[in-house]
Amino acid sequence: MSRTLPLVSARAPHDTLAWTVRGPISVVRYCADVRRLAGWLPPGRFIINLCEDRYRYAVLLGACAVSGRVSLQPSSQSPQVFAQLLQTYEGCRAVGDAQPAQVLPLQVLRLPPLGLDEAERHRRDDDAIPAVPIDRTVAILFTSGSTGQPTPHAKTWGKLVASGQAEARALGLDARPHALVGTVPAQHSYGFESTVLLALHGGCSFWSGRPFYPQDLAQALAAVPRPRMVVTTPFHLRSFISSGVSLPTVDLWLSATAPLDDVLAAQVEAATGAPVHEIYGSTESSQLATRRTLDGAAWHPMPGVRLEQDEGGTTWALGDHVERRVPLSDIIALHEGGRFTLQGRQADMVNLAGKRTSLAYLNHVLCGIDGVRDGAFFLPSEDTAQRVGRLAAFVVAPGHDQATLLAALRQRIDPIFLPRPLVLVDALARNDASKVVREQLQRLYDDWAAAHGRGDAR
Amino acid sequence: MSTQQLMPEVAALIVEALNLPVKPEDIQPDDPLYGDGLGLDSIDMLEIALVVSKRYGFQLKSDDENNQRIFASLRALSEHIASYRVQ
Repeated sequence: MSRTLPLVSARAPHDTLAWTVRGPISVVRYCADVRRLAGWLPPGRFIINLCEDRYRYAVLLGACAVSGRVSLQPSSQSPQVFAQLLQTYEGCRAVGDAQPAQVLPLQVLRLPPLGLDEAERHRRDDDAIPAVPIDRTVAILFTSGSTGQPTPHAKTWGKLVASGQAEARALGLDARPHALVGTVPAQHSYGFESTVLLALHGGCSFWSGRPFYPQDLAQALAAVPRPRMVVTTPFHLRSFISSGVSLPTVDLWLSATAPLDDVLAAQVEAATGAPVHEIYGSTESSQLATRRTLDGAAWHPMPGVRLEQDEGGTTWALGDHVERRVPLSDIIALHEGGRFTLQGRQADMVNLAGKRTSLAYLNHVLCGIDGVRDGAFFLPSEDTAQRVGRLAAFVVAPGHDQATLLAALRQRIDPIFLPRPLVLVDALARNDASKVVREQLQRLYDDWAAAHGRGDAR
Repeated sequence: MSTQQLMPEVAALIVEALNLPVKPEDIQPDDPLYGDGLGLDSIDMLEIALVVSKRYGFQLKSDDENNQRIFASLRALSEHIASYRVQ
């Protein structure tokens, strides 16, 4: 019998775990919902967790954990991804709380209504917090991998508990728990760690909705007590700050999934008076380090995390909440005291909105399209980008138009990597190694930006 | 201004804000903006929300399913702007 850890820790039974439009939900009520849902779940070990509401997501995760099931959390919800999951996890079922946006190759079971009324709960007289074996796999997160095939990353309960605790300590939330408002989904590693695990094991509570527009964020913040932390991305941060919408007090901002530039971080801090922190990590390794953006480039490893370098220059992450020794895809310089800085991406990795691929793979796909004679993707540097976090592509395809090429690309790659702009050119020069050099692409990009007369879009 | 009159203006706004490789007049009123069709994603929608708020003086809100409906097509977005604009 392996050791167990409770489903929720660092909280008293009647503390608020989640804030919803129907009011606060306590730890004991969450546990009651988890038990009831565990009894309702269909047979079979694998459940694709499609709940959009953060509370309902957390109840389904808990129900999987206590009943020996696994919450499958794909990085995208395309029909192809579901078809692949069905092949790999035979008999897996999907459970959600909304009508899926598109027709899927499997039936999505609708979550039953949650929430026992208080009177019924007291009749049951069961306030115990369930326990889960530490070596039990309770969730599998997926990365799309450079080839588009979902790659599984299993997460065991003991590591997830340690992850929530480590993040709370790293951000000082263990001493001062915050109410968390997340603009990112609970299913992906960043939202999973920084909203759900931080509440289950870091002493915090979360807002059940997922604000999207600046006005939505203002409403969500007004619905939870201070201190408040917003768990978000550079894209959302830019939109919140540029909108001019007046927000209730924010005490801490957290950003991840793409690099945050200092200018934006400074704007956010000046406008809101709250520090902006970032998280570094990946789905494979889980979260590893934090920094306050304006304090400089160095990252501080979370409690219990260590980085090691081998002779080939690859950096490996290991530690209390890291599942196993994991190689990182960034080039990293280690400094005294365990701090580290990123020196660039290995090879040509692109990480947009938390999804990774390589320029080599994108170029391979592009050049494989019928009628394309040559082509290259380009990731503009932050200081010259017309739009944050979008790729550009330069293509030689006589007789083809942009729309046709984009439609062909959309069939083959994740939409986040679609080039904006896709520019048709007469030829691309290649060097002796038959590589298109970055300087040339930068020139083409600058020419395009100048021709479009766009000032700094930021 | 009617939805019909507003549509070319909104199409131009979208194309310019997102560097789309199409001409504003090529966007059909009832083609989906999301997913297939123009292939906009959520980051694009945030950018459109921003230019809409600056140009028409109101903030978009996603009340549940509303968001999918507002961004269903050029016509739907223009209708929404026509009914909420303050400038």
